[in-house]
Amino acid sequence: MTTTEVGRARLRKEDAHLITGRSKYTDNITLPGMLHLAMVRSPFAHAKITSVDTAAAKSSPGVVAVLTGADVAAEQGSLPNVWPITPDQKAPAFPSIAVDEVAFAGEVVACIVARSAAAARDAVELVDVSYDELPVVMDLEEAFTDKVLAHSSLDSNLSATWVFDSGEAGTGKPIAAALASAEVLIERTFYQQRLIPAFMEPRSIVVDPTSEQITMWSSTQVPHILRLILALTLGIPESKVRVIAPDVGGGFGGKLTVIPEEFITLMAARRVGKPCKYTETRSESLQAGHHGRAQVQRLKLSATKDGIVTGLDVNLLADMGAYLGLIGSGIPILGAFMYNAIYKFPAYRLECNNIFTNKAWTGAYRGAGRPEATFAIERMMDELAVELGMDPLELREKNWIKHEEFPFTTVAGLEYDSGNYEAATAKALELFGYDALRAEQVRRRETNDPVQLGIGISTFTEMCGLAPSRVLGALSYAAGGWEHAQVRVLPTGNIEVITGSSPHGQGHETAWSQLVADRLGVPFENVEVLHGDTQSSPRGLDTYGSRSLTVGGMAVLAAADKVIEKARVVAAHMMEASQEDIEFADGKFSVRGTEQSTALGEIAFAVFSAHNLPDGFEPSLDSDATFDPQNFSFPHGTHLAAMEVDTETGQVTIRKYVCVDDVGVVVNPLIVEGQVHGGLAQGIAQALYEEAVYDDAGTLVTGSFVDYLVPSAPDLPHFTTARTETPSTTNQLGAKGVGEAGTIASTPAIVNGVLDAVRHLGVKDIKMPCSPSRVWAALEEAKMTGGVQ
Amino acid sequence: MASSKTITVEVDDVSYTDDVEPRLLLVQYLRERLGKTGTLIGCDTTNCGACTVHLDGASVKSCTMFAVQADGHSVTTIEGLARDGKLAPLQQAFHQCHALQCGFCTPGMIMQSASLLDENPHPTEQEIRDGLEGNLCRCTGYQNIVAAVQAAADGTVSLDGTVSSDSEAETAGVA
Repeated sequence: MTTTEVGRARLRKEDAHLITGRSKYTDNITLPGMLHLAMVRSPFAHAKITSVDTAAAKSSPGVVAVLTGADVAAEQGSLPNVWPITPDQKAPAFPSIAVDEVAFAGEVVACIVARSAAAARDAVELVDVSYDELPVVMDLEEAFTDKVLAHSSLDSNLSATWVFDSGEAGTGKPIAAALASAEVLIERTFYQQRLIPAFMEPRSIVVDPTSEQITMWSSTQVPHILRLILALTLGIPESKVRVIAPDVGGGFGGKLTVIPEEFITLMAARRVGKPCKYTETRSESLQAGHHGRAQVQRLKLSATKDGIVTGLDVNLLADMGAYLGLIGSGIPILGAFMYNAIYKFPAYRLECNNIFTNKAWTGAYRGAGRPEATFAIERMMDELAVELGMDPLELREKNWIKHEEFPFTTVAGLEYDSGNYEAATAKALELFGYDALRAEQVRRRETNDPVQLGIGISTFTEMCGLAPSRVLGALSYAAGGWEHAQVRVLPTGNIEVITGSSPHGQGHETAWSQLVADRLGVPFENVEVLHGDTQSSPRGLDTYGSRSLTVGGMAVLAAADKVIEKARVVAAHMMEASQEDIEFADGKFSVRGTEQSTALGEIAFAVFSAHNLPDGFEPSLDSDATFDPQNFSFPHGTHLAAMEVDTETGQVTIRKYVCVDDVGVVVNPLIVEGQVHGGLAQGIAQALYEEAVYDDAGTLVTGSFVDYLVPSAPDLPHFTTARTETPSTTNQLGAKGVGEAGTIASTPAIVNGVLDAVRHLGVKDIKMPCSPSRVWAALEEAKMTGGVQ
Repeated sequence: MASSKTITVEVDDVSYTDDVEPRLLLVQYLRERLGKTGTLIGCDTTNCGACTVHLDGASVKSCTMFAVQADGHSVTTIEGLARDGKLAPLQQAFHQCHALQCGFCTPGMIMQSASLLDENPHPTEQEIRDGLEGNLCRCTGYQNIVAAVQAAADGTVSLDGTVSSDSEAETAGVA
């Protein structure tokens, strides 16, 4: 293969319509006769619904229909969970419109259908719902005690307990012996605060029921999964539903789900026989879209006195919120294989308890399990370094897998195919100026500078390319992890690529064009990438888990290879040569040892006309491929943060952020760097800014962008990014995945840096987000308890 | 419902006269009445800036104004920024610097950037960041947005749509 496109910083094909306002987001769609929906939502976090009076709403101007849970009880079914992590996993029924009981504030109790969005919202106020309030349980640790139940239909808040034990799995030693014989034992509890994905485009749905096949446009990451779930839940033949994800304004895991509003919009449209649109407000999005993280992590790390880790024990409480979302139960389990990170721990155990509370349900948020794991272990490695008086980088290097030791089977049972932690770290140190910053840190401490300096380290890895289907099967996930592609050769020789990996900002159209341009030897401009519509792209498992290139991209390449093999037969026929003598390079088939050649475009037309093809040749070059990965890929990197902490105000400033990521072979460095930047922003946001806060009654306090602090431009620094390139050996391109790396790595780097700045003042831990008030309070508490040296 | 009021607004060089409810927001008027769906709605509280347009040349968040307040004024949206079929330098700069991913914040971000450069044609990096404080982006981490505004200010945007070999090499740098 001649490579002129892979590795090239191609500007994106996606941009032209987005920078000129010709966007196709779902809320931009208007259909003839379209009606508008608004939701009546519960103000209570837990209550019995005693009556719903819709009379006044029904007679409100412009209102066409009002739907209650009772109205749709027979048809709505229950939103499914497709990841029962244990055979005895418990879950309450999850109706799209609550019928008897609500379990979080924001749950839908009725739906208005009206001629305009304004008329629908006016009528929301006129629905009279009577509630009998029930006790709420908001705190995760309290919920685990079962003193208050989140659902009256369940006898416990515990959904499932999942355990991995390296001793039992045969992947390592038993943890008990390691802890019992520890020379040094570090025990810590960390709190992963609740976060909100906060994609910029509020979720929006349009349903057109006016033909035999119902069409749904949805702001979703997963149109293929959505179509299947709609069919299974509502009893519609799958072939009678078409789902389109048009332009989608970000997802970050928040649109990796199916939502009540999708079912409600479909049911409403079907009932009134007219196209219906629902677009949530930002407040509804924050309140009733799924949230992320929300775990308590209790950790024990055993080590020798010279800093060799001998075991890690993890006990998790994971907040499911009020219901099990599509895959919410499995999110902590995705992290379970990553707590050992880049290290050679001999013993490991993880116990995860999934717990219900009266909050919005949780699900995937960028990184999904892996940021939690990485934060925990990278914080613990710093704690161990402090305990032993060792440099935190030296401690990490003592324990990490050396580059000559790959492939390496970890204590969690994964085989890491490749990596070079030494190279990434060396490059990061050089760009960072580690020694000079350490010297400055000493000076500031000695002079009692009110602004103290800390250095935060995170050496991370993650599992990407979700996922080998057999692994998902072993983890009781209901579907596989393959991806599908089709390459169509048009009569003119132009190429259409159909991908099942439906993007929402990642730049697939550009990157897939580069892949196919190289493989088929056609101009980048002559490749068109189609996606996000179950009619044009009938098979797919969509975009999440940094899977698109390493799974979807491989399917594209495999389909392109099939095109070449089909065209080779025709080329041999046209040039009257033996197939074995036909070579393909740069878009041309040539007869070995001669000047004779035929371009792919010529063959395309010959196949189209089909006048003179080999006997029995099916007149089409179009090819399908479905790729199921045999392993995950394992990007890694070293992130370093220089953090300034004003000890008088608690203000935290990122002075310098350096990251060196190894994501393997890069198709488009521009896109990769953009993914790193955005990932860093979200990881930093967890460390410093964002938290979904509820009051004791169960009301979301951070219910608008006034209170939920998505960082803006002045809140973030200029990042210094660089790469090393250790190719993955488990896919033909050597690519790894980059969508989540920055988010996974940056949170512990920032918090480690903040703590490193103030640890000498007696501060031992600060809960995220490390806001000025939290940092200031921690400093004051340290003073009170005599922590100041 | 209050009685409607007649307004005349020039939007992207076209004059419109319409009867509107007094409570209709400018952004709703643009999107629902005029079909100017290039301007987007991202929040209810004037925090995200996705709906930013220009009113008589200065940036405003069109979710914070009633349509009736635009009566007699001139509005420019993202759809009116390109002239004679050519992208405005900021639009080209956002493309060239990979300053957008999902694109949802982009119209507002470009309109705010235009206003920023109008007030301060040669901003520092910090001035750009401060000037964009009212516009949220969840995808880019802002670094490439800042670079795009800087490029537009410095006049280093290539208006023929090509990327210079220098910038390609810079982003491709792997040791």
